[in-house]
Amino acid sequence: MSQSSLKPSETPADKNAYAGLWAVVLFAAAVGFYASLLVGWIVFPKLLYSKQNQPIDFNHVVHVGAVDDSCQTCHYFREDGSFAGMPATADCAGCHESMDSLQGENPQEKLFVQDYVEKDQKEVPWFIYSKQPPCVFFSHAAHVFSPKMRQFRDPEYQLPEEEVEEGAYDDTTCHVCHGFIGESEHNRPYEENRITGYSRDIWGENIAGIKKHTWERMKMDDCAECHEKVKGHKEACFVCHK
Amino acid sequence: MKLDRRTFLSIGAGAAAGGAVGSLFTPLPWKLTDDLSIWSQNWPWTPDPARGEVTFAPTTCELCPGGCGVSVRKVKDRCVKIEGADGNPVNDGGICPLGSSGLQILYGPTRIKTPLKRAGKRGEGKWKPVTWDEALGEVAAKLSDLRQKKLAHTAAVYVNGGEGTVNNLFLRLATVYGTPNVFVSRTAWDTYADALLHMQGEYAKPAFDLENSDYILSFGCGIIEGWGSPVRMIRVNAQVAEAGSGKTVVQIEPRLSNTAAKAGKWVAIKPGTEAALALGLCHVIIREGLFNDEFVSTFSQNFEDWVDEVHTEHRGFKRAVLEDFPPSAVEKITGVPRAQVAKLAREFAAAKAPVALFGTGKGEEAGTLYGAMAVHALNALMGRINQAGGVFMLPPDADFNWPAPAMDALAQRSLRENRIDGAGTDRFPLASELPSRLGEVLADPKKPYPLHALLVYAADPAFTLPETEKVLAGLSQIDFVVYCGSQMNDTAAMADLVLPDHTCYEKWQDVPTPPGFARRHIGLTRPVVKPLFSTMQAGETAIRIAKAMGGPVAESFPWSDYIQCLEESMGARLADMKENGFWEAEPDKGPWYTAFKTRTRKFDFAPRIISPAFPDTKILLPTYEALTPAGSESGFPLTLIPYENLRLAAQNVGDTPFLVKTLPDSSLMNQESVVEINPATGKAFGLREGGAAILSTPAGETRVRVHFYPGVAKNTVALPKGLGHIGYDDYLAGKGTNVNALVGLLPDPVTGHNAALIARARIVPA
Repeated sequence: MSQSSLKPSETPADKNAYAGLWAVVLFAAAVGFYASLLVGWIVFPKLLYSKQNQPIDFNHVVHVGAVDDSCQTCHYFREDGSFAGMPATADCAGCHESMDSLQGENPQEKLFVQDYVEKDQKEVPWFIYSKQPPCVFFSHAAHVFSPKMRQFRDPEYQLPEEEVEEGAYDDTTCHVCHGFIGESEHNRPYEENRITGYSRDIWGENIAGIKKHTWERMKMDDCAECHEKVKGHKEACFVCHK
Repeated sequence: MKLDRRTFLSIGAGAAAGGAVGSLFTPLPWKLTDDLSIWSQNWPWTPDPARGEVTFAPTTCELCPGGCGVSVRKVKDRCVKIEGADGNPVNDGGICPLGSSGLQILYGPTRIKTPLKRAGKRGEGKWKPVTWDEALGEVAAKLSDLRQKKLAHTAAVYVNGGEGTVNNLFLRLATVYGTPNVFVSRTAWDTYADALLHMQGEYAKPAFDLENSDYILSFGCGIIEGWGSPVRMIRVNAQVAEAGSGKTVVQIEPRLSNTAAKAGKWVAIKPGTEAALALGLCHVIIREGLFNDEFVSTFSQNFEDWVDEVHTEHRGFKRAVLEDFPPSAVEKITGVPRAQVAKLAREFAAAKAPVALFGTGKGEEAGTLYGAMAVHALNALMGRINQAGGVFMLPPDADFNWPAPAMDALAQRSLRENRIDGAGTDRFPLASELPSRLGEVLADPKKPYPLHALLVYAADPAFTLPETEKVLAGLSQIDFVVYCGSQMNDTAAMADLVLPDHTCYEKWQDVPTPPGFARRHIGLTRPVVKPLFSTMQAGETAIRIAKAMGGPVAESFPWSDYIQCLEESMGARLADMKENGFWEAEPDKGPWYTAFKTRTRKFDFAPRIISPAFPDTKILLPTYEALTPAGSESGFPLTLIPYENLRLAAQNVGDTPFLVKTLPDSSLMNQESVVEINPATGKAFGLREGGAAILSTPAGETRVRVHFYPGVAKNTVALPKGLGHIGYDDYLAGKGTNVNALVGLLPDPVTGHNAALIARARIVPA
């Protein structure tokens, strides 16, 4: 550096000091940068979500094998077309009547019968992985029974020429949004967003919000994405936000 | 390199800048933004509707006497909407705004959740929760103590009606306890029932077959403003209004009410003179020979002049009406032009199925006995009794076949004491009770004895009786006031002990026939949800108080609980009630020769009272007696009248928050009642539209707002009824003025019941 680049008061020693300081600052910036990445990608998700086990460990495989109608045996549509969602304890009590007539040896079943069925059929405080905010209107019937939706799920399905009556739903249905939960032998821990109070499943496991499959996220954009594919447009706000 | 302050800050800034840039390559800021936006939608007060199975559960609405069947829409265990029950004969799917907002009573944040004991001064609103055992124990102990001191007559019971099992359990409690001081809220329906008792020899309720009437002559009845059963009446009115129905409603009323505005004809009349017009119509009908000759000549008595057993001559109804009520005289009294009087009479007589109705507004004021008799005489003249489209008689819904109460000597003796209100004494021989005199009596230093206890079930005397100030002062003098009901109404606010009742969505209870309904119709309230709080069915409360008192009082309540009492009281009717939500029976539609229970089996136009109270013959010959409100005409040049409408609940149940929201600026403005005044009068008094004014009567004064309304006669002010509560909650309390606080007692000269809410008034700009 030429003499002229020095300010009148600066000495060569000062110049070295500046360079050193810059290097340290840049290093600090790099540390900050990487620390931030570490926090954002690893620490933040751990802090953001609390983790809890379901009150009862539920084995979907056993239940699906024991019932005739797959998912809809327990997750059924009511007569008025509304979807029952999580079965009530009274529904479960149809098979798990009392401690005298247990279906197997599983301690979780005993716990369930003892703590819920035999206690006035108290409801199990299940954590719902897919619970959406109350501002969202969602009709399971429209998504499950619509032939267009069925075609979306199963490209080989031929759209019927005449209007079809609603009936049983097929096995290609539930996993589109809920994943292959019917093949699980244990409940996943329920992770709840500490800020919003909703399940991690809504945003998706991937903290960046990247998904590979339709069931890995349940945000509004994911609904819109599907609607665009099926109906050709993303829908108006009031279709879901009544 | 020295780590001085500058270096430290530089490193910190570098780390921060690096961190900031780095964070942009992480999901953190984007995810946090999204989460915070969702968090901001999750305030605790944001309603989150219940999710679950949708079901409908039936019950009967109890918020007014209308008795509508309702269907409550539930999501899982949460009630979310109240709808009218399809197929119910009273309301067939319809519902009024009060009934539809009933869930605000069920879930309202200020609902009484547990028995409460007064912790501050009376009316201060400070309460201490107590257990049911403590509360019932205290009531039983206090009442037993009075009884042992031979002061049973100084305990009074006040109920909202004389029908239904729960009212009657409280009345039975009063009887076996031994107090003559029983008060039952008095309405126009009771006055009409008295008219039937005198004219037809039988205590019965009137049933108006309005669906089959083609000419409804309403003497001030708020047909679409809550008279009778509101939803039924709105349907009747709609049926009449249908093009080509050939039916009409004629509304006789001092003010252009909604009913008057929708009627075929509005006859503007001076307040409180309806009886004179009814008799004027009788005059024209008799003079012109338009009456039903068969009925009058064969099935009635005292129409013509008559002579008693000591040869004294008496004027019959015919001569009295012909002499005293020619249209010219009626015009002077009522302000209705004589030509219109004659025209109305001819129209009424010419109709195929005319019927005349009694009871101003919602029928909540007693009115005069002669007023009811004059209207009923009009129906009788045209032979409208037990005829399609006319008036029928129904027995009161109190036929429960209960065992006779066990009366000990103590009870028998104290029941012989004079009532505190003077009812049944020589001063008021025709009244069995005079609730409207309660304020006056309690304020009277010369009252026969003080009241030491008052047990109120579901009624709201502190709000509904005239002379509010005296009533409140009187309540303060009573040592022990107990209120049993589901809402913190004005009386509850003045109580020492509050025993909360279930709402009609949480209990089993019978609901008596709606006023004026064409058939007997006992509804059933059913638990739509399990009781939400520590409340108790009021019938159960009455039974438990009796049982806690022991002895003959307890023996008179042989039921193990209220449910058993209800089952036994309803008997075979309960099966229908459970299946359909109601039990019905047609009225007695027998021919005229079996219809009347007088000594002669004839309809009596001028009944004679034979009673030791009347050493001279007392004949109830319907006439008009002018009511003179207190105050001089010079000091109070205006007449104050109340007006009622469907959006203002003014009886034992007050407006829900929803109903308050529906009130227009012409009823309530800036928390102040709005008076209607004729523009000409208003301008003469220096008032302006929307301006504040001071309204004074001899009973009190209040600040109001002014609304110029040509539908009110000159020199008249109309004040909405149902505002000015001291109880309830912030949604209702302190809003507007209670009409009752401004009117003095205006007793019916014959019975002593309050005849009308009318006062002299003056108004000046504030």
